[in-house]
Amino acid sequence: MINIDALNHVKGKSIYLDDIPEISGTLYCLPFYAETAHGRIKDVNIQAAKQLSGISAIFLAEDIPGANQIGGIIPDEPLFAANEIHYWGQPIGLIVGVSEHICRKARKLIRISFDELPVITCPREAQKLNHLIVPPRKFKIGQIDKAWSECDYIIEGTADINGQEHLYIETQGAYAWPKEGGSLYVASSTQGPTAVQRTIATVLNLPMHKIEVNVVRLGGGFGGKEDQATMWAVMAALAAQKLNKPVKISLHRMDDMCMTGKRHPYSSDFRIGLTKSLKIMAYEVIHYQNAGASADLSPAILERTLFHSTNAYYIPNVEATAWSCKTNLPPNTAFRGFGGPQGKFVIEAAIVKAAESIGVNPDDIQKANLVDNGDEFPYGQVIENAEAKHSWEECDLAFKLDEIKHKVEIFNDSNIRYKKGYAVQPICFGISFTNTMMNHARALVHIYQDGSVVISTGAVEMGQGVNTKLLQIATEIFGISPEKVRLESTNTLRIANTSPTAASAGADLNGKALEIACNTLKNRLIQVAESNFGNKEIIFCHDQIKTTDNKNQISWTALILLAFQQRVSLSEHAHYATPVIHYDKTKEKGHPFAYHVYGTAILEVTVDCLKGTYQFDSVKIVHDFGNSMNTDVDNGQIEGGLVQGIGWMTMEEILYNEKGKLISNALSTYKVPDIYSVPKEIIIRHLETIGPELAIKKSKAVGEPPLMYGLGAYFAIRKAVKSFNPLAHLAFDAPYTPEKVLMDLYRRNK
Amino acid sequence: MNIQFVLNDQMVITANNGAGTLLDFIRYDAQLKGTKIGCREGDCGACTVLSGTLCNNQVHYKSITSCLTPLANIHGKHIVTIEGLNISGVNKVQDAMVENSGTQCGFCTPGFVVSLCGFVLNEENPGQSSAISSIDGNICRCTGYKSIERAVQTIVNDLTAVDKTNRLEWLIKNKFIPEYFESIPFQLEKIEPLLSPAGNLAIAGGTDLYVKSHDELSDMTLNFLSGHSTCDDISIQTGECKLKATTTVSELMNNTIISDAIPGWYQYMKLVSSTPIRNIATVGGNLINASPIGDITITLLALNSKITLTDIAKNQRTIHLHDFYKGYKILDKISDEIIMEVSFQLPDLHTKFNFEKVSKRTYLDIASVNTAITVQNKDQEIVQLRCSMGGVGPIPLFLASTSNFLVGKKITAAILLEAEQILQTEITPISDARGQIEYKRLLAKQLFFSHFITLFPQYVKMEELI
Repeated sequence: MINIDALNHVKGKSIYLDDIPEISGTLYCLPFYAETAHGRIKDVNIQAAKQLSGISAIFLAEDIPGANQIGGIIPDEPLFAANEIHYWGQPIGLIVGVSEHICRKARKLIRISFDELPVITCPREAQKLNHLIVPPRKFKIGQIDKAWSECDYIIEGTADINGQEHLYIETQGAYAWPKEGGSLYVASSTQGPTAVQRTIATVLNLPMHKIEVNVVRLGGGFGGKEDQATMWAVMAALAAQKLNKPVKISLHRMDDMCMTGKRHPYSSDFRIGLTKSLKIMAYEVIHYQNAGASADLSPAILERTLFHSTNAYYIPNVEATAWSCKTNLPPNTAFRGFGGPQGKFVIEAAIVKAAESIGVNPDDIQKANLVDNGDEFPYGQVIENAEAKHSWEECDLAFKLDEIKHKVEIFNDSNIRYKKGYAVQPICFGISFTNTMMNHARALVHIYQDGSVVISTGAVEMGQGVNTKLLQIATEIFGISPEKVRLESTNTLRIANTSPTAASAGADLNGKALEIACNTLKNRLIQVAESNFGNKEIIFCHDQIKTTDNKNQISWTALILLAFQQRVSLSEHAHYATPVIHYDKTKEKGHPFAYHVYGTAILEVTVDCLKGTYQFDSVKIVHDFGNSMNTDVDNGQIEGGLVQGIGWMTMEEILYNEKGKLISNALSTYKVPDIYSVPKEIIIRHLETIGPELAIKKSKAVGEPPLMYGLGAYFAIRKAVKSFNPLAHLAFDAPYTPEKVLMDLYRRNK
Repeated sequence: MNIQFVLNDQMVITANNGAGTLLDFIRYDAQLKGTKIGCREGDCGACTVLSGTLCNNQVHYKSITSCLTPLANIHGKHIVTIEGLNISGVNKVQDAMVENSGTQCGFCTPGFVVSLCGFVLNEENPGQSSAISSIDGNICRCTGYKSIERAVQTIVNDLTAVDKTNRLEWLIKNKFIPEYFESIPFQLEKIEPLLSPAGNLAIAGGTDLYVKSHDELSDMTLNFLSGHSTCDDISIQTGECKLKATTTVSELMNNTIISDAIPGWYQYMKLVSSTPIRNIATVGGNLINASPIGDITITLLALNSKITLTDIAKNQRTIHLHDFYKGYKILDKISDEIIMEVSFQLPDLHTKFNFEKVSKRTYLDIASVNTAITVQNKDQEIVQLRCSMGGVGPIPLFLASTSNFLVGKKITAAILLEAEQILQTEITPISDARGQIEYKRLLAKQLFFSHFITLFPQYVKMEELI
């Protein structure tokens, strides 16, 4: 089924935050910040700005009625910096005026004086100074100290991974207006409506019931609007409350890039030990996460890095440590994969380095160590329904890995200027919020007396197609046509206490809640039908309700009217909480994931060794969808995630200068894939598996896992570079930009 | 002086300042919200609209980024937003995007649809690669490029039946575009030319100035140069090519006489920005902007171009382009002078041209280093040579010493290795977002060699040079 929003999208009729018809008298707001990444504020002079005609107000920390606090996991982040500035772009206050234009003019008139403090942008440096967001975490299995003696090869190294700008094409924004009695309506472009509601309540000193947050859809989120959509909504709400006027905020791209956090850069040390038969016996890793200036979601992201530090491999002896290091960068945040990809990059780097020093192919090591049923992850979950080997074997069989390798060798032997590289990238990604408490959702279904149905859930639509899947669930249970069902916005009055739409879990959690709601309603309708037909088995299909013997039939519309007349409730609000999962942080053991998603990709690249540029020839994937409930949507997620992952590993380079100022602060300096940078060929095969019960309709979550196929891009390029320059010692330092490729091609070091 | 244009099917007359952007007008004045704000620097394509110019009773459409277009530049044009492409149901382009799941979050989608409709309206010989070219300025972050490629294939297939003699009629009949397009020529005819205000700052396409100074510009009175451009900005006689300064990069790119003289011309020009930017960016703007990395400037330097400047009193002078640049953004130009014309001799049969550019992303990116060369050779001997290079100093650089050294020399690896040593003394790159010094020096070397490896494979091989 095609995405239900597609028709409006192509006609330009879909309404995003900035397209909401504006109420007359709407004001616009714009945050301002100081030109430093670390400083002590001496004075904020807003006089000249305030006097500019068209400026309604300028708010500072002292104007906040409630707590000057927006931290989600840890209360360590003020809305407005009052005394100290901790990153370049940290808001100090908010300008409100009759147009964005006038606010930008006013911003130029604000003078902030401050004393400079030392700027730290490197996580290792921060760790040495004990600048930490939370105490370090450690996952352990087996006995690592003893295991080294059983290893024939022990290889050590370092891997650096840069961050990634979300670059949702719709920038951050919100629109708030006062309702009566001091309550507020807030339209927000957020993945987490409840976080917005809760934080506004804290900052404005209001009970949550006075704040209605509504989300229609996002023009891209990718994690960047999970936690970091909140502060803009709080600003609009603050101004709306103080001025009793509708207030809108829609960030300029350069403000968005400068002021928001990104995927976390990591720097990691690894040590890997293997036997002669290429079994990985021991793996030790220390991750230094660059968290930025405050916690945001960093502790949770750190945790997922640990959960995925061994990717799809079974390693009996593991010690994985992770430090969340506080630096003077914008607070880094969720981004598709949520720390998992960084954990996986390091184990892949370790395997590649081991392969290079042993003199085998990385895929020989990868294949020899894939997880299987009964294996235990370092966090204690024992694997059931493993598909790692299955997907590898299917991939090998379908795409003939040996032939690919052979062709690459022949090509490289007969070409000097162009070298090909390939990498195999298996993935294994756990589904569920790792914070067990967050794995719940609710759905509200109303059937109106004319038979039309409206659905609200906690899921936010951001292009991932969750609303389409939800519509499919309802239409299938009720046996009615899609035209009868409408998906409503995500609204905190209709659905309370939502978890953000994140962790690839939106369709599973909200879909399961919806399933419960629809089945409850269906059971009521069956009773109504039975009272008409007698006690026969009843089926719902094609807008008809009939007995299986085909003797009795009633249309959906007629049955609904009948139920209504019989005073049967045609509304249902259902709750779902994922069973089975649990996790004990004190022991770092448990069963945190409902299930895992698997898959294997083969990536091939051609590098121009004269210029250092490259082109991906193909990516061939065998992916474990379970039983995909929507291949149109799911294939789009695979292709999209893959390309985003390749972008992260290749051209997307975040650059801060030594002062902590973002240099890659616009689309002209931060490049994401365009249509010419996608692989020439992407083939996706569905692995035949029985999906798990905990996946909605046994259709596995698909949002984040495919991004990690992109990791192979780095190692494929490296393979080509090695073929041209076999003697050079190459670092692991993603992304592999054309600059780094050219430098490595001609590196003459030892 | 009011600005007048046709917006979709409506005649618009506005007293707004001509320096305001078309994007702001569309969203805030006309309240058409299908055109999105993504970056305001022409780099995402979410704000793409079509601009139709009346030329010999026909309207020629091109895609443009409305965020970088001053309102004055669209006087007399037909501006088409996504709303102006809607018919009852969906048009063929929209249908292909829907059916191939070419839309995810949907925010970039109107821009893609507009660009593709521009292709449908414009392209004489529609094929997959020219269709993909038309969306080279549209970014989809979700990123559904493969689905979009499939949609494009559907559109191209649908177009194979196009009636080339009655194109517009056919497109309307086959539900590619709405009916009202037929009436547009009559509407545009009625619009009188705009007299540009005598502003202090002269502005042509605006594709660089509006990136940095959109706020400041929109309050200013500007002297608009681009609005009057007609259909004949390029004239070529006896091998001398004369470009009006307001010639767009697209016009340059698509000129068949130049492409005949310079094989590969289209592909070189394709490395310059993106389709919607090339459609508005001008040759004169690229020169006057004095970016050390301007692709057109580097190309014109190698072609030994001359520029003609005119001041307010109409005094004219003509100088060599390589004498124009005196320091970082310092020009041999007095304040009221503007560039009127650029001229160069097209390469003859004995002269070869090559252009090289490397950037993080191959297309729609600013170069780390770019370089162009013209070489006149007699067999292995170099008779004349001009090499230029960008991104390696404060100005777009003509490599005078390197070029002089090579004249009269034979094309051999040993000579080129020696020349490269001289090249390294001529360049002074700095570290920035486009690369570190060491990289730029290495890249300069590689691209310099690439000229010869590409043009003279019979005389030099890569392995002799690296």
